[in-house]
Amino acid sequence: MADELMIQAEGLTKRYGDTQALAGVDFSVPAGTILGLLGPNGAGKTTAVRVLTTLALPDSGRGSVAGIDVVQHPGEVRRHIGVAAQDATLDPLLTGRQNLVLVGELSDMGRAPSRARAAELLTQFELTDAADRVLKGYSGGMRRRLDLAAALMTRPPVLFLDEPTTGLDPTSRQRVWEAIRELLGEGVTVLLTTQYLEEADALAHRIVVVDHGKVIANGTPTELKEASRSARLEVSLAAPDSEGRAAGAMAPLVAGRVHVSEDGRRLSAGVDAVPGLATAVVRALDAAGVLVDNIEVRQPSLDDVFFSLTGGHIEGEDEDEDGSDDGATAAAAAGGSEGGDGDNGDRHELEGVRA
Amino acid sequence: MTTTTLTPTSVGLDRARSGGSVFGALADIWSMTRRNLVHIAREPMQLSDVTIQPVLFTVLFVYIFGGAIALPGGGSYVDYLLAGILALNLVTSVMGTAVGLSTDLHEGMIDRFRTLPMWRSAVLVGRSMADLLTSLLCALIVGLTGLAVGWRPGANDISVIGGFALVILFAYALTWIAACVGLNAKSPESAASFGFIVLFPLAFVSNAMVPTQHMPGWLQAVAEWNPVSAVCAGTRVLWGNPNPAGALHAWPMQHPIEASLIWSVALIALAAPLAAHFFRRRTTE
Repeated sequence: MADELMIQAEGLTKRYGDTQALAGVDFSVPAGTILGLLGPNGAGKTTAVRVLTTLALPDSGRGSVAGIDVVQHPGEVRRHIGVAAQDATLDPLLTGRQNLVLVGELSDMGRAPSRARAAELLTQFELTDAADRVLKGYSGGMRRRLDLAAALMTRPPVLFLDEPTTGLDPTSRQRVWEAIRELLGEGVTVLLTTQYLEEADALAHRIVVVDHGKVIANGTPTELKEASRSARLEVSLAAPDSEGRAAGAMAPLVAGRVHVSEDGRRLSAGVDAVPGLATAVVRALDAAGVLVDNIEVRQPSLDDVFFSLTGGHIEGEDEDEDGSDDGATAAAAAGGSEGGDGDNGDRHELEGVRA
Repeated sequence: MTTTTLTPTSVGLDRARSGGSVFGALADIWSMTRRNLVHIAREPMQLSDVTIQPVLFTVLFVYIFGGAIALPGGGSYVDYLLAGILALNLVTSVMGTAVGLSTDLHEGMIDRFRTLPMWRSAVLVGRSMADLLTSLLCALIVGLTGLAVGWRPGANDISVIGGFALVILFAYALTWIAACVGLNAKSPESAASFGFIVLFPLAFVSNAMVPTQHMPGWLQAVAEWNPVSAVCAGTRVLWGNPNPAGALHAWPMQHPIEASLIWSVALIALAAPLAAHFFRRRTTE
């Protein structure tokens, strides 16, 4: 079963007016795993989700969910999916419970089973106290959790979560993450879009990085980090006045200059994250007679990977930065201007998240 | 080691019925109708449209205009007025349909519905069903208020009920026009302006409040062919209330019941498929 593909996108393209939202996107998600679709605003993440959840028709290419073609049999696909979209898609005038029951009824669950399942989910997502309050009074975090609960009403085998934590405070985000992790134990297959690198790192088995409607990288979080090969070596020395010898011994093993701290006790340098690097460094330092307190090879953060992947304009011909599904948001970030400014807006947001 | 499979036992689909059946579609309509009824109950503006407004209009028109208006051919103004008040209330309340649908489309709620295995047009039909039910409530309130201020029908019960049904059917037909407007509106606010630009003139340039005999010639011609005039006149005939329009020569005034039915059926036949078409267009990308 493990290699059964529950979600497949093959050469998906989609154009909205002048904007090429998807320019040939391929990825697949094996059963029981989470794929993180990572990219800045306007990269095409939401459009990909809209195509795969039968909300939008692709211009070309093929999408399937649970082996069912999304264009040929949209009705059948809808029986297998749960969707938590980026915008709030619940009824603000209904209570939390009424919203869930409505989703259940419209999914042919029947009234009594819908009520039972709704009660179960409200408990699971700690919304019992607010269950019979109208949604208008819910906080952002509560709405997101209810959105997630709505997506889970029918226990669908495939879940689409489009930026499930955007705009949430760290505590709420943590709770949504926990909920998503719990789902994995139940064998659910998840496509998660996010512009938060740490989110993809924390949740996803595999990550597909998209930008300008194209896949620019694809791998496990570790593979992606290794791909950028920009790990950092940090060494703490046991005795003072040995930094000169230590730097000399390290120099052949590192990429670039060895940086020495002011007190002369800590040395750092960029390195290629090759296997056995730490051992080689310890041997070299030992041979030079330097006593080491601590040595650490730090993997690059996914942020580093992401920026190194999307930093330069890979697609020279793509001049429209704001392109696509998230057009409004991207345009807002760009302050109405176009091109590189929009890009900067996204970057700042990403950095803000990391901080 | 346990293997996870995709069969309903591990991740199962909690779905009792298979979709696509008539029963499933009816269940979807009923769910959507209930949802919209909750909306109306929770939105003070929409609720007052069908509860407070009818009472207010009836009382105001009876006591403010009542003494000043003499009916051609005689008769009590309150007996004349009530059919007009009913039509005015029901016609203006269809604005709620336009605003409600436009709001659904703009709040992203429609995307949720579109990812569910439901009969999609239940969004439209459920809306019109809810509006029909609130029309019934509105009609009941108008009738009771009318009785309280002195309205007395002069026909048998069946005929009186027929009079109510004639107005309600027309209002139902108008909800489909309102649906077309709501589905094409840029925002719920612009959908609301439909009420002021179209519905109010439609309700007032008619014999709903005053006999058309006093209007300038050209306006009188417009009023005589206004479907609202036919509906009001038809209802007055069925209720056994004064109907000065019977003296006018325009065909709809001579045959108000037939004219009302033709208008209502024609509007539904035209606007309902059109609304379904607009709905498909708005929800395809």
